[in-house]
Parts: sequence; structure tokens; C-alpha cells
Amino acid sequence: METLLAFVIGLLFSMGLYLMMRRSMVKLLLGLALLSNAANLLIFTSGGLLRGRPPLIAPTEDKLVAPFADPLPQALVLTAIVIGFAVLAFTAVLLKRAYQVVGEDDLDRLRSTDI
Amino acid sequence: MESKHWLLILPILLPLFTAAISVVFWGKRRLQRLLSVAGALAHFVAAIFLWLATLDGTVLVTPLSNWAPPYGIVLVADQLGATMTLLGAMMGLAVVIYSLRAIDARREAFGYHPLLHVLLMGVCGAFLTGDLFNLYVWFEVMLLASFVLLALGGERPQLEGAIKYVALNLIASTLFLSATGLLYGLVGTLNFADLAVKLRDVPQPEIVTALSMLFLVAFGLKAGVFPLFFWLPASYHTPPSAIAALFAGLLTKVGVYVLIRTFSLVFVSDPHFTNTVLLWIGVLTMLFGVLGAVAQNDMRRILSFHIVSQIGYMIFGLALFTPLALAGAIFYVVHHIIVKTNLFLVAGVVRYLQGTSALAETGGLFRKKPVLAALFAVPALSLAGIPPLSGFFAKLAIVRAGLESEAWIATGIAVFVGLLTMFSMTKIWNEVFWKATPEDANAYAKYAVEKPMPRAMTLPILALALCTVSIGFGVGPLWNYSQRAATQILDPTIYVRAVLGDESAAKLADSIEREKLAKREAAR
Repeated sequence: METLLAFVIGLLFSMGLYLMMRRSMVKLLLGLALLSNAANLLIFTSGGLLRGRPPLIAPTEDKLVAPFADPLPQALVLTAIVIGFAVLAFTAVLLKRAYQVVGEDDLDRLRSTDI
Repeated sequence: MESKHWLLILPILLPLFTAAISVVFWGKRRLQRLLSVAGALAHFVAAIFLWLATLDGTVLVTPLSNWAPPYGIVLVADQLGATMTLLGAMMGLAVVIYSLRAIDARREAFGYHPLLHVLLMGVCGAFLTGDLFNLYVWFEVMLLASFVLLALGGERPQLEGAIKYVALNLIASTLFLSATGLLYGLVGTLNFADLAVKLRDVPQPEIVTALSMLFLVAFGLKAGVFPLFFWLPASYHTPPSAIAALFAGLLTKVGVYVLIRTFSLVFVSDPHFTNTVLLWIGVLTMLFGVLGAVAQNDMRRILSFHIVSQIGYMIFGLALFTPLALAGAIFYVVHHIIVKTNLFLVAGVVRYLQGTSALAETGGLFRKKPVLAALFAVPALSLAGIPPLSGFFAKLAIVRAGLESEAWIATGIAVFVGLLTMFSMTKIWNEVFWKATPEDANAYAKYAVEKPMPRAMTLPILALALCTVSIGFGVGPLWNYSQRAATQILDPTIYVRAVLGDESAAKLADSIEREKLAKREAAR
């Protein structure tokens, strides 16, 4: 499972970066979305994958029995998803506004602030 | 709750509180302005108390929700963290007062004041946290507030600058997050102190070094180092000067602070390699920043490039990693935050008076506004490193540390960059203040010079200029303080003992001792 996810993460990262290097604003946004999801999956995977072992104390036991899934990476991923969502929502609005003002969705033509 | 815990929590809680109350009074402009000033003042006072409490070398630790470290999130204030918090609050107060006249009613109506306080909360959170993931969260708080502040007003250059700023900073955040996940997978902890202990026992230190490079890219982009600084000069000159001043003073310095913190405490698996990388990054940052500035013809753009170039000196100080160099870097950060914020505030007044900051269209301010010229000269000469102002002593310490470490080329470049900084500042002085108002300047530029400068704008500039001068003339106490702060940074056991207790500190001291022995064996 880890190997499969490793490939998925790698694919997401490369797709995200590829999209961000295109000239279209919409692709920039899609690229950012893919990148943040790739990072989330990476945290999830690097915390170790375990199936059917929730970190809960069974009714017959009085303490947690190993092996159990580490809940911390999942908490981290949850936080990161929320933050990523907020950032993405802002970026979508920013790009839409910029498109309205500049009248252009070609990132290469946003040069008035350089040089 | 003990009172010492309040010391750590208040610098984060007060801006949040101010922002929340201001949001409630949305649309009530006068009330928001009043709240904003009161909140910034309270924040400043809280930061002073925190700073005083760490003055004798104690490291304050607050486990949030009483989860004992390393399991919960901790807030930690050592001398460096407390100093940065104090400076953050001070710049916040200066910019809030300045904004009373410098920010138009439309921007205020769209939530300028609450956003500014959210930004301050993020900055102070980043300075005080003792946990890597929590640092990520503070970074994002800071970034989101800065995104909105940068785009607030919706002018075309602002939006274009904001796209570049947002895209590159989000890539850095993704890298930061990924590296954090991998680090957790490796050692199972994200507490700085716990990481400092556990990363020394990792069987393959090469992985730690590789991860540290990922973090270097993430933090380096926020700090604006070579070759990752391109978003900075493309965006920092676009928002109103009050916002630019706050960004220039604080945001990149958060990156520098985090680099100092992590590369002295956490990522020490291969100091020779990381310090060499940092050294050349620092040198190239200085050089390319200043060369970029030389080519510019707009006051605010020149100042933006100089942020980059000055960051290089701090990274250079960190890379040398001797007590003198680190004290120099800390002194440099303190000096630079004050001076850079001030220069952008002056640029704001120039823009207010002449409607532009393009060098070709400005002029004649020395005759019309000699006080402003003097107020510009203080931070400008300090930035260039002219004695007896603060910048001279900052550069002196760094250059001397470079010579002692026999980094000849790097030190030579540092001195050369100082010369070019002087050149840039002279250029601004000549064009904006000294020369006569150009004949073909627009009518606004010609006649607007006559209008008086608002006191709300000159007061913060005067206060910050006084800070620069008094640091210069009373350099002894601050230098001693920087040295003490550097000693704390150089000995990670102090930090670990405060957070995790004696046992872990003893363990860390043991492994440091073993590493030293192994190195001595290898040298033989």
C-alpha cells in the first residue's frame, strides 16, 4: 500500500508542478490544489499505514494494545486540509479578480510589476 | 494559571482579541481605529513584559492545555524569541499609528485593521512556538493575512504582485508541510526540543541532512534568499507603504528567525555541509539583492531589493556559526527590522507628498521638507553602515566574524555590498531630496510638496529614527544582550532543559560530547 501511495504522491506532485508552470491562471489554481493534496497524502503515508486498528481502547481492555494507528498524522492532515481549503478559496477569488482587472489569463503577461 | 504563562500567551491572544472585536464593529470606522491603536499598544506592553521576564536568561515555557511536552504544543520564549516578539509588537504599533493617516477609508472599510492584527498574531505565534507543525499553522495565519493585505484595494499592480507572492509562498508552504510529514515519519515527534534530542540518534544522519535542505528551501523562500527571492521585489512595492513597511520589517525576518532557530537547534546532523550551503546562499543573496537595487529607478523598488541584500548578511552570520557571528546576526536582525520599516514609512510620506515614488518625477524635498530629509538620512545611513548608527556595528560584527573564520571572499563581498548600499541610498537622496523638482513633473507633484506632513505619519518615523540613533550611541548594552542571546542559541541544552527537563538535557549533552570525541578521532 505504501508503495502505491508513494507513486500516487509523486504523480500528484509532478502534475501539480507541471500545471503551475503553464501560463494559464486556471491551471495555476489546479496545480496548487494538486500540490496541497500531495502534501496531505505524504503526511498521511509517512505516519505509517495500518488497517483496522483505530487508536481506541477496546471494551475488554483497560489500555491501548499495540499495534494501533498513529492518530497524530491524521490530526495534522485535518488541519492542513482546512488551511489548504482556505488558501485555495482565497487564490480562486484573487485569480478571478485579477482576470477581471487585467483582462488576461496569461501569467506571462503579468509583467507590469517586474522591472 | 500561573502568571508566567500569561506572559507567553498574551502576545498571541491580544492581537486575536483586537481583530475579533474590530470585526464585530465592521463598518464603524472611528471605533475600529481606536480599537486598533489600543490593541497595538496593549500588545506592545505585553511584549515588553515578556522581554523583561527573559532578560536574566530564563527560558519561559508554556505547555498549551497543560499537555506535557513533547506531546502537546508548547510556547517557548528564550531571549531571541522574546526580542523578536518585542520588535514585532513595536513595528505593529508604529505602523498602526502611521496607518491612521496613510490608509484610505476604502481599505479601512474592507477590514484593514483586523487583518493587520491577524498578521501580528501570526508573526508573534511563529516567534514563540516550540513545535514544528504549530509553526506551519502560524506561517499560514501570517500568509493568509498578508495575502489579503497585499491585494486589498485591488489595483492592477497589487493583484499582479499578489499572484506571484501567493503562488511562490504556497509552493514553499507545501514543501514545508511535506518535509514536516517526512520528519514525523522519521522520528515521531515535532517538538523542537524533542527533535533536537532524537535527531542526534537517527541511524542515517544523511536523511536528516536531506530533509533539512527541504526545510531550507521552504524557510529560505519566506526569508527571500537567493535564488528564491524573486517574488519579493515583484510584490513589495505594490501595496500602500504602511503595509509594505510591516511586510518589509517583519515577514522576511520570520524566515530568518526560523532559519536561526532550526539550524542551530534541530538540523545539526552535518553542520559543515549545511553551514557551507548557508554561507554561499548568504553571500549570493547579498550580492544579487544589491545589484538588483542598483538597476532600479523607483524608491520603493530600490528599498525592496535592499531587503533581499540585507537578509544575506543575517544568513552569512548564521552560516559562520561562531559566538561572534551569531551575536552579529541577532544584532543585525534587530537593527534591520527598525531601519527597514522606517525607510518604507519615509517612502510612504514621499508618495503622500508627491504622488509617486519614481525617482525621475520626485525632487526638491530637501528644501521644502528638511525634517523629512533628516528623518530619511538616519535610517538610510544606518542601512549603509555609517558610524555611529546601528548598521555600522551590525556590519562590523559580521565582517569581523567573517575575518576571524577566514572566509576571505565572502567577507570581501560583504564589504563591497555595503559600498553599493551606500551608492543606492545616495541615489535616493540625490533624486528625491537634493535635486530641484523636475520641470516636467506632474502638477500634483509640484504643488503637493507644499502641504504639511500629517503628524500621525511623522511621529512613528521619528520614534524609529530615535531608536536607530540610540542603538548607535548606546551600542554596548544591546551588543552584550545579543551575545547572551547567541550563547543561548549556541548551547541547545539550555532550550532542551527548559522544555523537557534535566534528563533529556543530560542525554543531549552526552550525545554532543560523543560527537565531539568522534570528530576528534576522525581528525587524527
